[in-house]
Amino acid sequence: MNIIVCVKHIPDPNLPGVMDGFRLKREGVQGVLDPGDEFGVEAGLRLKEELGGEVTLVSMGPAQAQEALRRGLSMGADKAVLISDDSLRGADALVTARVLAAAIKRGAFDLVIAGVESTDGYTGTMPATLAELLGVPQLTFTTAIEVSDGRLRVRRQSADGYQVVECSFPCVMTVTAGVNEPRYASFKGIMAAKKKPFEQLSTSELEVEPDALKPGQEVVEVSLVEQRKAGEVLPDDGQGAVRIATFLKEAKVI
Amino acid sequence: MAKVWVYVEIANGKADATALEILTRARSLDAEVSAVVLGPGATGVASELGRYGATTVYASDDPVYEEYIAQPAAHALHELVVEHGPDVVLFATNYDSRDVAGRLSAKAGAPLMSNASDVTGPSTATTAAFGGQTIVDVKLEGPLKLVLVRPKSFDAEPSDGDAEVISVKAHIPDELKKAKRVERHAEETSGPKLEEASVVIAGGRGLGEAGNFKLLDDLAAVIGNAAVGATRAVVDAGWVPYAYQIGQTGATVKPGIYLAFGISGATQHVVGMKGASKIVAVNKDEDAPIFSFADVGVVGDALKVLPQLIEEVQRRKGGP
Repeated sequence: MNIIVCVKHIPDPNLPGVMDGFRLKREGVQGVLDPGDEFGVEAGLRLKEELGGEVTLVSMGPAQAQEALRRGLSMGADKAVLISDDSLRGADALVTARVLAAAIKRGAFDLVIAGVESTDGYTGTMPATLAELLGVPQLTFTTAIEVSDGRLRVRRQSADGYQVVECSFPCVMTVTAGVNEPRYASFKGIMAAKKKPFEQLSTSELEVEPDALKPGQEVVEVSLVEQRKAGEVLPDDGQGAVRIATFLKEAKVI
Repeated sequence: MAKVWVYVEIANGKADATALEILTRARSLDAEVSAVVLGPGATGVASELGRYGATTVYASDDPVYEEYIAQPAAHALHELVVEHGPDVVLFATNYDSRDVAGRLSAKAGAPLMSNASDVTGPSTATTAAFGGQTIVDVKLEGPLKLVLVRPKSFDAEPSDGDAEVISVKAHIPDELKKAKRVERHAEETSGPKLEEASVVIAGGRGLGEAGNFKLLDDLAAVIGNAAVGATRAVVDAGWVPYAYQIGQTGATVKPGIYLAFGISGATQHVVGMKGASKIVAVNKDEDAPIFSFADVGVVGDALKVLPQLIEEVQRRKGGP
């Protein structure tokens, strides 16, 4: 089975975001593999262990994004492809999906896995757009995965609970953070990752029209909102509960 | 006049509440407003959609839209869009609409903006960034624009409007009937609904383990008319059911009071609760982002504060 896992290198979510004009600065800042994508990598590795095959990581981002791919390779993925091109700065969800689709279509695939949404942009629509461009169905918000009789049977999160959805291959699947417990990269895995195939491409090496790489949306204004002010912050010296109760009383909740 | 469309999800014969909010907003724009609703019960809600602002409702009761994920709906919506040429299609941010909007973006080559908090015209919308510290104005280009709007961005208000109903007769090819819903499970929750409760009590990782969520239930019980919610992290960890989830994925709440226990205030969560009138937070980490906008913040262990608070509320309710 050819399993593709889409991953994203994001600025470390534990550090404050730095702006570059109207955009989030991505180059020269401390970055990590999006924590949500570790679940996608793990899901891909488990399916490979069950069904055989190969796990290929695909990412779009600055050259620095190779750090995120290396991490996925250390976990056990077989190879990685990074599409990196200055012209892709400011790409929106549709442009990103077009680039990833063009990269994925270079080979055969049975399953494409992605996180439900990225931790930095959280648009949550790229995988559905990718599925349409690849001409395959999508299983989104997956919380449990099972394969039987060559078909996927998954639990899909819903507003009031969950649904069970069945689908044949090939398809796109997005996973939530509850779907598995991602493995740690072992020292052996980290060493092995250095020797695994790693390909870096520019957009000119993909079958995609230059016009299709222009984002159809742009930020025209960024303004600070009048902030909710921090109220009183007090250490809990044993009186915290009393203070909250008084606040609830004043608000006429109790 | 610009053509503004609203895509309406339907579940158990009821139109999605967020779609009614979006129709109310669309009605205030200088535009011709239409709605598209696909699935069993669609024609039944058409007059309601008319009251909220649609002058035309494209409807189909075909169960194929409910049975298979996104592909049939995106196909039918794309056919309608090609035929009638709206300037923008607005979607509510929910599980199924995200998928339909994503697919339509690819089919039509149309830009799709997520997380809009307001729509100011057929090609302009705003969104909040950095946990609501900044407002970003976005301009969308092209003949068709797609925007996913966050729940509770507007109040839903009916008018005396009426809609012409046009039956959608799309033919759905078999190759689009792939991802099939075979079971549906609703999880039981007691007390008021998260979206409707005047007090919301939410817990995060700082509660340590699943069993400690009972403290939130106990607090909700002594306060009364309070609902219990959770962050994505603890829902994903399996501590509580999905129906508890508040945030970008999950419910958006606007209660009078929001009590956050062991919640740091990640953007994913904040977008679902920042509309609360008053916020109270208890967290061990004094640097947690939630303290920068809470009205009352207690730096301490939620597991210590909770039992004391339950007792204190009980004492005050019993007293004068």
